[in-house]
Amino acid sequence: MKLNLKIWRQKNAQDQGKMVDYAIDNVSPDMSFLEMLDVLNDDLIQKDQDPVAFDHDCREGICGMCSLYINGEAHGPDRGVTTCQLHMRKFKDGDTIFIEPFRAKAFPVIKDLAVNRSAFDRIQQAGGFISVNTSGNTLDANAIPIPKHDADRAFDAATCIGCGACVATCKNSSAMLFVSAKVSQFALLPQGRVEATDRVLNMVRQMDEEGFGNCTNTGACEVECPKGISLENIARMNREYLAASLK
Amino acid sequence: MSNNGMLKSSIARKVAMALSGLFLILFLGQHFFINSMSVVSPDTFNEISHFMGYNPVVQFVLQPILIFGVIFHFCMGLYLDYQNKKARPIKYVKNNGAANASWMSRNMVITGIVVLAFLGLHFYDFWVHEMNVKYINVQPEDPTRYYEELRQKFVDPVRVGIYVVSFVLLALHLLHGFMSSFQSIGFNNKYSRSLRGFAYAFAILVPAGFALIALYHHFTI
Ligand code: HEM
Ligand code: SF4
Ligand code: FES
Repeated sequence: MKLNLKIWRQKNAQDQGKMVDYAIDNVSPDMSFLEMLDVLNDDLIQKDQDPVAFDHDCREGICGMCSLYINGEAHGPDRGVTTCQLHMRKFKDGDTIFIEPFRAKAFPVIKDLAVNRSAFDRIQQAGGFISVNTSGNTLDANAIPIPKHDADRAFDAATCIGCGACVATCKNSSAMLFVSAKVSQFALLPQGRVEATDRVLNMVRQMDEEGFGNCTNTGACEVECPKGISLENIARMNREYLAASLK
Repeated sequence: MSNNGMLKSSIARKVAMALSGLFLILFLGQHFFINSMSVVSPDTFNEISHFMGYNPVVQFVLQPILIFGVIFHFCMGLYLDYQNKKARPIKYVKNNGAANASWMSRNMVITGIVVLAFLGLHFYDFWVHEMNVKYINVQPEDPTRYYEELRQKFVDPVRVGIYVVSFVLLALHLLHGFMSSFQSIGFNNKYSRSLRGFAYAFAILVPAGFALIALYHHFTI
């Protein structure tokens, strides 16, 4: 396959940045999108040019590091996948592909396509955890019976990999899907109820402080989320938040 | 909910937005009922209009609440939209918004502003006129004037056209807004599917009804 790439290049956080055109040849339809970028970068390095910076780590859809806004969609046109799981067979020979970083005030560009998503870490640190006694007398988690239905839904919420596609795709750059997944995975379990009130208040406060926008329930996040996190989590977080603020 | 500190959080603002929206939907429902009387029975329409116009509870309690509700709703809507735009200072060069969200959900502020412009005209047409008749150039109470006054408003085809277009935009606003408000207040469960059916039906049928009533008067006068 032959492709025309239009890639966002930006030297550093201060740089203005601009789209730059690259022609690339000999792309196999079996390559992943990141492998295609690897080929491009090899080529750039051969020519003594600066390779395109982009985030990646596991390359199997579990770490959430790979990002990219491809042809106007987070993680590209495929559904339920991260960019490392996106294959070039989703594109046609001769296609023009726009590749941009995830955009949000709370996700500043570090370089080219790599953005700083540590706002998510700070939200997690504000309450996305359970305090446990680590003295050695920890209780066996299975000692507390949990209805299968709740365990399943908590697990579904816990599959969020913190990739930030929900923010990137949301017209408001809202982080509600991510935060609601992190609130829900604990809110549904008895272990999580203990700190539920503080958790939701603190995580939402941190979310607002980071400068994410307000949710308008467009549902774009749910469509683009590689893990299929449901909007029901947002409704649950809204309930949790209301109940917590009335306490 | 009532304390101001709480309106500082994005979720609280969204809940307030949803409650004001649901309140306006309730109002819209009763307004539609009264308007439809103008087609079914002019006498009943006159009776209800007179009651609404002179009942002190309606005039001095419900009406101010409604005006506050409208102002709150659009001010909060515009403010949230301003914040949302600020949350992405650098736009995408290529963004395929239609791939994952409906046009209605992405353009609430546009449909809302058109509805606001319509409300301006509507206030001028009916409310300013009422205030004038009742409090400024005070005229004797005439419990039968409403039906004819209503029909006179729909003589002008331009005005009727504006009405119809505005109601199309209101329908689009509600097609997203009605269900959205339930999600905002945390209501998303096994009943949501049937509720969605009701919300969509309301969002289409009620504005369509308003528009048809206007057309009916225009073409039968
Ligand atoms: C006066 C002009 C209006 C403006 C400028 C306006 C603006 C907006 C905006 C920007 C939103 C999106 C807010 C969000 O989803 O976060 C919204 C939502 C909504 N609007 Fe309006 N609107 C107007 C009139 C109305 C009217 C007349 C009704 C009902 C009869 C209505 C019902 C709703 C509902 C139910 C929502 C959904 C609330 C939610 O998402 O939680 N609006 N409006
Ligand atoms: S909710 Fe989905 S899109 Fe958002 S961070 Fe988690 S996995 Fe990524
Ligand atoms: S690189 Fe780990 S999810 Fe894509």
